[in-house]
Amino acid sequence: MEFSFDINTIWFVLIGVLLAGYGILDGFDLGVGSLHLLTKSDLDRRILLNSIGPVWDGNEVWLVTGGGALFAAFPDVYATAFSGFYIPFMLLLFMLIFRAISIEVRSKEEGKRWRAFWDRAFSIASMAIAMLIGVTIGNIIQGVPIGKDKELYITVFEMLNPYALLVGMTTLAAFMMHGSIYLAMKTDGELQKQVRGWINNSTIFFVICYATATMATLIYIPHMVTPFRAHPEFFLLAFLNMMAIANIPRETQRGKDFFAFLSSSAAILSLMALFAVGLFPNFLVSSISPEYNLTIYNAASSETTLEIMLTMAAFGIPFVIAYTISIYWVFRGKVKLDNMSY
Amino acid sequence: MTTELWARLQFAFTISFHYIYPPLSIGLGIILVIMEGMYLKTGNKMYEVMTKFWVKIFALTFAMGVATGIVMEFEFGTNWATYSRFVGDIFGSALAAEGIFAFFLESGFLAILLFGWNRVGKKTHFFATCMVSLGSMMSAVWIVVANSWQQTPAGYRLVNNGGVIRAEITDFWGMVFNPSSVERLSHTLGGAFLAGAFLVISVSAYYLIKKRHEEIAKAGLKIALLVALFASLFQLFTGHSSASGVAVNQPAKLAAMEAHYDSLSPGDLYMFGWVNETDKKVYGIAIPGMLSFLIHGDPTVPIRGLDSFPKDEIPPVNVTFQTYHLMVAIGFSLIGLTLISIFLWWRGKLFTSVLWLKILVVSVLLPQIANQIGWYTAEIGRQPWIVYGLLKTSDGLSKTVTSEHIIFSLILFTLIYAGLFVVFLYLLDKKIKHGPEAKTKELDFSENLRMTE
Repeated sequence: MEFSFDINTIWFVLIGVLLAGYGILDGFDLGVGSLHLLTKSDLDRRILLNSIGPVWDGNEVWLVTGGGALFAAFPDVYATAFSGFYIPFMLLLFMLIFRAISIEVRSKEEGKRWRAFWDRAFSIASMAIAMLIGVTIGNIIQGVPIGKDKELYITVFEMLNPYALLVGMTTLAAFMMHGSIYLAMKTDGELQKQVRGWINNSTIFFVICYATATMATLIYIPHMVTPFRAHPEFFLLAFLNMMAIANIPRETQRGKDFFAFLSSSAAILSLMALFAVGLFPNFLVSSISPEYNLTIYNAASSETTLEIMLTMAAFGIPFVIAYTISIYWVFRGKVKLDNMSY
Repeated sequence: MTTELWARLQFAFTISFHYIYPPLSIGLGIILVIMEGMYLKTGNKMYEVMTKFWVKIFALTFAMGVATGIVMEFEFGTNWATYSRFVGDIFGSALAAEGIFAFFLESGFLAILLFGWNRVGKKTHFFATCMVSLGSMMSAVWIVVANSWQQTPAGYRLVNNGGVIRAEITDFWGMVFNPSSVERLSHTLGGAFLAGAFLVISVSAYYLIKKRHEEIAKAGLKIALLVALFASLFQLFTGHSSASGVAVNQPAKLAAMEAHYDSLSPGDLYMFGWVNETDKKVYGIAIPGMLSFLIHGDPTVPIRGLDSFPKDEIPPVNVTFQTYHLMVAIGFSLIGLTLISIFLWWRGKLFTSVLWLKILVVSVLLPQIANQIGWYTAEIGRQPWIVYGLLKTSDGLSKTVTSEHIIFSLILFTLIYAGLFVVFLYLLDKKIKHGPEAKTKELDFSENLRMTE
């Protein structure tokens, strides 16, 4: 396809950046949640919880803003996907609510059963969110039955096909790997030793899922491969992705947890980039006819809106990046519990 | 029931439940700024303890607001897809702006507000508190702008986009400052300040009755009463300008608010009443011509009545009438409660008159009710339109979502929200009973030492 870097493309990239930001940031705290039940003592669980305590809420804002930006820039994509994926999105919402409340209330009571209940809710919700995001991505990669009316009719059972489940599993594995690396930065002593074991296992788990998912994509989903055939330079992304993943065990062994974290962030970013290149210029591929694909042109807002929004983003995003960096800077280092902690 | 009704019911339920919390966050936010500002100014430890206590309550309301707020952003797409396609250009922009300019600000600085006490200096912490408060108000700005555009669309044109009509922005600032934005925003913020102020008033009164934390309770009560004084009087003006705006921009809503049917006669102002919608009569007590006087400064000017609208463009009259009148009645009672409390304070009797303190304890419910039903007036009074005069609510639904889908999600929402509400009340009650702590509680984890070594 011919490629021109117009405003619609810029917005495609910006939404990609917001969602990748969500994947990287909420990714590690969903990962921490998924690993939560592997620790047994109350103190360890509180350390896990408080490692994400000050940041998880801000991380979720990336999803909210990504959703808002999608609504504004590509209303048809927002409308078609959100109404078409009604049940999974509702489940996603319930899990997000459950998770937020679990984090908030878990340590507010001393009772064992109270804490055990909210620990489970927190962990199960974290895993379910990762799976639901992955299953949705899996369906988007495969293409979904969108008709001439731009509407998407799909049942939950059609969504839960093996390929989508595989992508769901891959997402969960990626977040677990990412979360365990984050935890290595935030813990020390015995707990950190335990966490290092998780990094190993979850990295292996992720590589297996990822390799299987990649094979399945190459074999079954040709339209994701075409753009790479047309523009072989994008293979560089796949290469970078591999390098980033391979770098994780190397940095972990050297005890450079921060660099390991940067590597797994780069791995998630390049995965998102591969996904985006495979889709471009479509947002949603119709399995009925390519004519019905929702693209960055036929699903976009007016040019005026895209321009106004770009101005807003240009004003706002530097501030967003500045807060994000300063918050992570203020809360750098190992977790310390105090009387304001969760 | 039709899909439309289920969708509306779910939206009404989820938005009502959500709207318990943001006004509390906005109102408490501004009060936290005052409290911590007092601490910085006076250096009095008591203000620090007070601030830390209210920060904990704030954290709880904020978390509830966030958890239930994400639902709202998704719901436009899940349940109102056709509406979303129609307004994406405009409504979507406001939501995205809310994300960029409000949510990031709020959530980023919230981390410092909650967990940064020992990590940043006092002034930086105070700055964070101010930013959280600013963020919560910015969020109100964008969402009320978006909603006001639905009430009084401006700065747009209708465009045929591949066979489907939609609204596109022509003038961004015209859209932002649409005819009702400013007055509705100020009325919303005033209501939020009242919600926060009366929570502080109520809890402080409770401590005074129980003779606990009296120093903090007295200081907190004074701060909150001053906020309530400002906000309740402010609501008189913003309420008046909102109603005058409705008269110009949404005459059907104004007519429904006062159940005014006859276009040839001047408008009466009801104190209270009951509307019989079939014979178009109101049974109640009214000041004749007062509505005309308030809006046109002349009690004899006729006001456009419901008889001048097509039958299918009239909102539900009695509900609009009742919610509106109850809101106004509560507004005046809040002014009364505040003025009497300040009078008692001036006479040195406020902190000892147990009966009055008991009334203040329950007064926390009033702004909550007024905020809820005020929005009911605004939203039900806009019916049958989802975008006033442009798109009907029944035409805004998602085409692929059936009643069964919505019943499934509505049942789950009901269960989860019921559980959440119980947990919220339980924890709120517990925090209040526990009260402010004068000194930092020592951690009872000996293992924690190993963390800090």
